[in-house]
Amino acid sequence: MSWVDVGPENALPARGARTLKIGSLQIAVFRTGAGEVFALRDHCPHRGGPLSQGIVHGSRVTCPLHEWVIDLKTGRATGVDEGCTPNFPVRIVNDRVEIDLPASAEARVAALGPPPFAVCERA
Amino acid sequence: MTQLLEEAVSTVHSRRKKLVLVGNGMAGMRAVEELLALAPDLYEITVFGAEPHGNYNRILLSPVLAAEKTIADIMLNSREWYAENGITLHAGDAVTRIDRARRRVVTAGGFETTYDRLILATGSMPVVLPLPGKDLAGVLSYRDIADVDRMVEAAQSCRRAVVIGGGLLGLEAAYGLQRRGMDVTVVHNTPNLMDRQLDAAAAALLRTSLEARGLKFHMPAQTSALVGEERVQAVRFADGSELSAELVVMAVGIRPNAALAKASGIACERGVLVNDTMQTYDPRIYAVGECVQHRGACYGLVAPLFEQAKVVANHLAEFGIGRYAGSQTSTKLKVTGIDLFSAGDFTGGADTEELLFQDAARGVYKKIVVKNNKIAGAVLYGDTVDGSWYFQLLRDGTPIADFRDNLLFGQAHVGDSGVAGAGSVANLPDKAEICGCNGVCKGDIVRAITTKKLFTLDDVRMHTKASSSCGSCTGLVEQLLATALGGDYSETPAKKPMCPCTTYTHEEVRTTIAREKLKSIPAVMSFHEWKTPDGCHKCRPALNFYLLCAWPGEYEDDKQSRFINERAHGNIQRDGTYSVVPRMWGGVTSPQELRAIADVAEKYAVPTVKVTGGQRIDLLGVKKEDLPKMWKDLSAAGFVSGHAYGKALRTVKTCVGKEWCRFGTQDSTGLGIKLERTTWGSWHPHKVKLAVSGCPRNCAEATIKDLGVVCVESGYELHVGGNGGIKVRATDFLCKVATEEEVIEYTCAFLQLYREEARYLERTAPWIERVGLTHVRTRIVDDAAGRRTLHERFLHSQRFAQVDPWAERAGGKDAEEFAPLSAPAGASERVLQ
Repeated sequence: MSWVDVGPENALPARGARTLKIGSLQIAVFRTGAGEVFALRDHCPHRGGPLSQGIVHGSRVTCPLHEWVIDLKTGRATGVDEGCTPNFPVRIVNDRVEIDLPASAEARVAALGPPPFAVCERA
Repeated sequence: MTQLLEEAVSTVHSRRKKLVLVGNGMAGMRAVEELLALAPDLYEITVFGAEPHGNYNRILLSPVLAAEKTIADIMLNSREWYAENGITLHAGDAVTRIDRARRRVVTAGGFETTYDRLILATGSMPVVLPLPGKDLAGVLSYRDIADVDRMVEAAQSCRRAVVIGGGLLGLEAAYGLQRRGMDVTVVHNTPNLMDRQLDAAAAALLRTSLEARGLKFHMPAQTSALVGEERVQAVRFADGSELSAELVVMAVGIRPNAALAKASGIACERGVLVNDTMQTYDPRIYAVGECVQHRGACYGLVAPLFEQAKVVANHLAEFGIGRYAGSQTSTKLKVTGIDLFSAGDFTGGADTEELLFQDAARGVYKKIVVKNNKIAGAVLYGDTVDGSWYFQLLRDGTPIADFRDNLLFGQAHVGDSGVAGAGSVANLPDKAEICGCNGVCKGDIVRAITTKKLFTLDDVRMHTKASSSCGSCTGLVEQLLATALGGDYSETPAKKPMCPCTTYTHEEVRTTIAREKLKSIPAVMSFHEWKTPDGCHKCRPALNFYLLCAWPGEYEDDKQSRFINERAHGNIQRDGTYSVVPRMWGGVTSPQELRAIADVAEKYAVPTVKVTGGQRIDLLGVKKEDLPKMWKDLSAAGFVSGHAYGKALRTVKTCVGKEWCRFGTQDSTGLGIKLERTTWGSWHPHKVKLAVSGCPRNCAEATIKDLGVVCVESGYELHVGGNGGIKVRATDFLCKVATEEEVIEYTCAFLQLYREEARYLERTAPWIERVGLTHVRTRIVDDAAGRRTLHERFLHSQRFAQVDPWAERAGGKDAEEFAPLSAPAGASERVLQ
């Protein structure tokens, strides 16, 4: 695991998200209305929709494709839907956002799948 | 360590307030479930039930009696459920005393516990006629599992049964016993069965079909005594005649069970008196369900109980905003194969009219009672498909003049044709697809309803996704609920909150926005005490539109409250790419424009170029980060956004008109361009499409548009409320005008009325069906001054709306929306190793 600087905190819109592409891995970095920052694989556990494009409310995001609501803290689908997307530890250092990315090939494979239940906790 | 933990846990527990529920029935437990959803940790909950079971669905006792379901099928919450939710259940130990001074309850078994809040949900008791012989063995009432068990047992050893009472419950009991092999006679004291729900004609049809099923009737007849030594042997009537019987079931009604409340000094009349917040005379004590008397009414059906339960939960959760204002109720009979529906005032009076439909051969009878242009009541027999629709019209007080001609033929005949064939939903095979959007079959829905104990449309939407997308199958899903639950399910309440974040309706919120001059989403949420910190994906886009509509030029659009399509100004596709549709005024283009589009398509390697139904060119499969660059090129060629992605004015479709067409009567193309130039950029509750046809041949398909103009020699016909989408709906004719200037004025006024009155995500077609064409005509055609004001408000709003979002973003606005974060050098390699 290694901490990677992805930019200043204020580059993230409140109640919004931006994306980050590392290799073939698309990551969504969210900032909530309360100012918390989360990083998830940008891939809805339902049909792979880009979560980064959804509406952020509380500490949740609604997928723009079919309205699954994903908990940003856990990556899990909420309500009666079942599934999860891998999430990555985030820390703020001197107003900059750092994400702990999986360093090994095993972790990366684990982070990518197989869906839907393989990796529900930290990638 | 363990000890410390236990102490910590017990401290947390002791800080929680104590809630005691007296009565483990449907109403009380529904209140507890609603409370757990709102505030799971606020109370330590103890439930007392007189019956020795978990909680079950009392509505479905009749199918159990008829051997169509088992007790296991109708259990709602098992004992494990109570344990999992940290609820202490005392089943089989009835509360006998409430000591209000010390705030404690005492049970028959001698158990005591204290409370901070108490819910009385003691339900109702069957009425037992004070007849000689009423205490003989073999005389039963029909109320709970124990009664059903006794009846089933009797059916095994006895042959002749008499059911006293030809009401809903009596007929269900009689049918059940007959299915269990007994010879059953129903005794009723008036000439008509179910006289509280049916008129004479429907009652006669019902009697005929029940007789065909083997039930016998003895009516009108007054029972005078039950005859027998130890066990009942016969029923004696006022005229001296007798009917032999080994089992007698009294089903002559229920009365609220208020004994405990009365004994505890709580004000009662027929039932426990409650106010609109469901509080009794003692504010720490709430009451809910059949034991309650609210504004003079007692209810014995499930839908009102659930509405009450919501209010109780809301107050116990300390939101303090829910109010119960009474319910309209409807009834269905749970006898397999008999379709019967009744609601409201079905007898009528001097000031009412009756609409009647009768088809004796098909066994269909429909009566609608109309009072002051609104439905006051309905009785349906044989064909109850439209029951829930009539009931909705009744509760909403919808004026019916506009579709009165077709009212009796049902909803499918008033333009809402997407639900055609709905009549046979009960007969559909399990693999029949009900929800085409989400691919949900009938079997999936019925299974979810029965196994997951769903009661409401929202429950079904959440669990199966059926009816949660376009909504066109809502009627079918409601019917499945009615069929699966025996007809008595909790229908969508008339007052529907915007979303689970609030209890206020769309209309209430809009009214307050204007009255209180609320000018931001946080201001609206704080004024209405939103339950969530920043709303959800349903309410935020709606509020953003309402504010934009109410305060043009003042309200600053909140882009994070817009759906991605409106934030990115393109339509998101299933692979996460976007589509780009440049505006082509009135569908007219030029070689130069086409060349510019071709250049852009090649430059950005657009995989698919397609002509749309709205006479535009769609460039599909564009990467998000390419959008601003593409828009810049398109702007340079003179294009603006086509808004093909927005709840906005989309297109004005035209035919070529009299300039070329030998049939054309007016310049339809020119008029279409003028209309589009005036209305483009406007935001709406949903997408809006216009069209102008140059003659009645209607090549621009104007009669399935939100507003369509059909040109004729003498002027222009205006048609509104059409829809070619999910439910095809032809427009209603609004009026005819003489000049192009009038067309534009009427169109703008109509669009502004729609913007101001429709709910977010409601298209013009359902909006017009909801408010009635008469209303629209009154505001747009009859009231000239009002029309001009609407027109002016629309034009004012357009001053701020007609800014091309593409040009703005090509110029750098919202740049971060379209640019990904940059990964630091080397990150990719590290991860990929």
